Amino acid sequence: MSFEWPWQYNFPPFFTLQPNVDTRQKQLAAWCSLVLSFCRQSKLFTLDVLEAQESAVFNNNRIHRKLSVEAIQVVFEELRKKGNLEWLDKNKSRCLIMWRRPEEWGKLIHQWVSKNGMVNLVFTLYELSNGDDTEKEGIKYFMFPCYIALYQQNGNASLQNYNFTVKATVR
Amino acid sequence: MDRFVWTNGLLEMNETLVIQQRGVRLYDGEDKAKLDVGVVLLSTHRLLWRDQKNNECCICIPLSQVIFFEEQAAGIGKSAKIVVHLHPVLENKEPGPYQQSKYSYIKLSFKEHGQIEFYRRLTEEMTQKRWENTPVSQPIPTGVGPKAGRTRAVGIVGIERKLEEKRKETDKNISESLSRLVGRPVIMHNTAMINVISLDSANHYLSLQAKEMVEVSKSIANKIKDKQGDITEDETIRFKSYLLSMGIANPVTRETHGSGTQYHIQLAKQLGDILQAPLEERGGMMALTEVYCLVNRARGMELLSPEDLVNACKMFESLKLPLRLRVFDSGVMVVQLQSHSEEEMIASALDNVSDKGSLTAEEFAKLLGLSVLLAKERLLLAEKMGHLCRDDSVEGLRFYPNLF
Repeated sequence: MSFEWPWQYNFPPFFTLQPNVDTRQKQLAAWCSLVLSFCRQSKLFTLDVLEAQESAVFNNNRIHRKLSVEAIQVVFEELRKKGNLEWLDKNKSRCLIMWRRPEEWGKLIHQWVSKNGMVNLVFTLYELSNGDDTEKEGIKYFMFPCYIALYQQNGNASLQNYNFTVKATVR
Repeated sequence: MDRFVWTNGLLEMNETLVIQQRGVRLYDGEDKAKLDVGVVLLSTHRLLWRDQKNNECCICIPLSQVIFFEEQAAGIGKSAKIVVHLHPVLENKEPGPYQQSKYSYIKLSFKEHGQIEFYRRLTEEMTQKRWENTPVSQPIPTGVGPKAGRTRAVGIVGIERKLEEKRKETDKNISESLSRLVGRPVIMHNTAMINVISLDSANHYLSLQAKEMVEVSKSIANKIKDKQGDITEDETIRFKSYLLSMGIANPVTRETHGSGTQYHIQLAKQLGDILQAPLEERGGMMALTEVYCLVNRARGMELLSPEDLVNACKMFESLKLPLRLRVFDSGVMVVQLQSHSEEEMIASALDNVSDKGSLTAEEFAKLLGLSVLLAKERLLLAEKMGHLCRDDSVEGLRFYPNLF
């Protein structure tokens, strides 16, 4: 299934950071959803900024427009504020893209656990992530955020460090 | 500072106080006077100074001793000053704080401001010379001392004095005739070098009043041309005071006040007439540079300076003329008709852009017959309103309808 680009992708002004504040907000919102949906489709969990600039997301060869490095940083910052992005290094050259936010993961896990009657059981996050459900494929990347998320769901999980395997109990 | 005499600070019978200002320090020429900060008082007859801390210490100088005076702008860490140039010290002068001084001028340093008003009042008093009309009971030494005081030899100094008196006579005659024509007192200090640009604005002002005055000023200019190459600092100073007395804002230093001079008011009215038709042709708006070119081309001889133009344009609103001076965010200044509606312009801009899909400033200018500068301003304004968005690339800056 090929990726369906949104109409903005072919609108040249989309690739120029708009000075008008209201217009810019709408523009950034469109960029954020574009980045997230692209990453979800392509099963991308991390992004390298310099590589990204060359990727099709920020680079539309057909209309000869690409988003500048500064503008990409602005988009990433917007994603970070929304909770969809975490920087992996201080230099902000690589980031984690969470097209599903940790809270959403947490909810999903909780649902899966409840559905399968695994409440109050101890299991490793490996088990969790390698179930049949392809939805949970990204969990291995999000172990820590997931823990936080699970814990935040009213203390519904606890983590025990056991021989470098993180176990989780979902209540 | 050696012209000052001690005084008890009381005013005489016919003498009235005009203005006083605290926080003033005196300077003997360039050096600080060995006095503290005090209050400077201006009366109809004298200039007085009293020590703020010690009211007994009070000195004065008659206004007749003043040749002329000028403002010295404030600097970093320096207060604004008024420099007062004085006649030579008189032989029979009463004792004062200084026995002698190598300077023939003093400065008043306004540490607590107030110099503008003081200067204005001083100008008035020096113009009106009320001390000549109402001599006070206490004999005040005037600039013209008794013959017995002249102990200097009648040599070159005598010849100089004669020339000086002759110049004063000429100045007085010209002053009188000018005053009659202008309808307000005009003083002419020594004829001085006048540079062409100021002469133009002086000329223009005169032509508004009376033709004879134009002849007079032209004859002065010719007189000056003969002395070409002789510009001394003294004469430049005198020329400044000359212009001031003519009622024209000093071209060398800053604005004196925002309300504008007669000249600007007249000019603004003239502009109101001249610019009606061109503005309508150009869709109600013209950049100030275009106005400047248009007006000066029309005038031919007596050109306007950019400053005069801006000052005149600033007065449109207060004079209730149907024109307005408008400054955009980017700093571009335009003159537009009052009837000019911004919303209409933006709506039409949006239509144009939508028709063509996208436009650059140049394309838009061509479409409307506007200058590129104004076209860009209009597009930027539409963007600011949220009707357009921009596409900035190596190809240039284009504007699209805002589909976001």
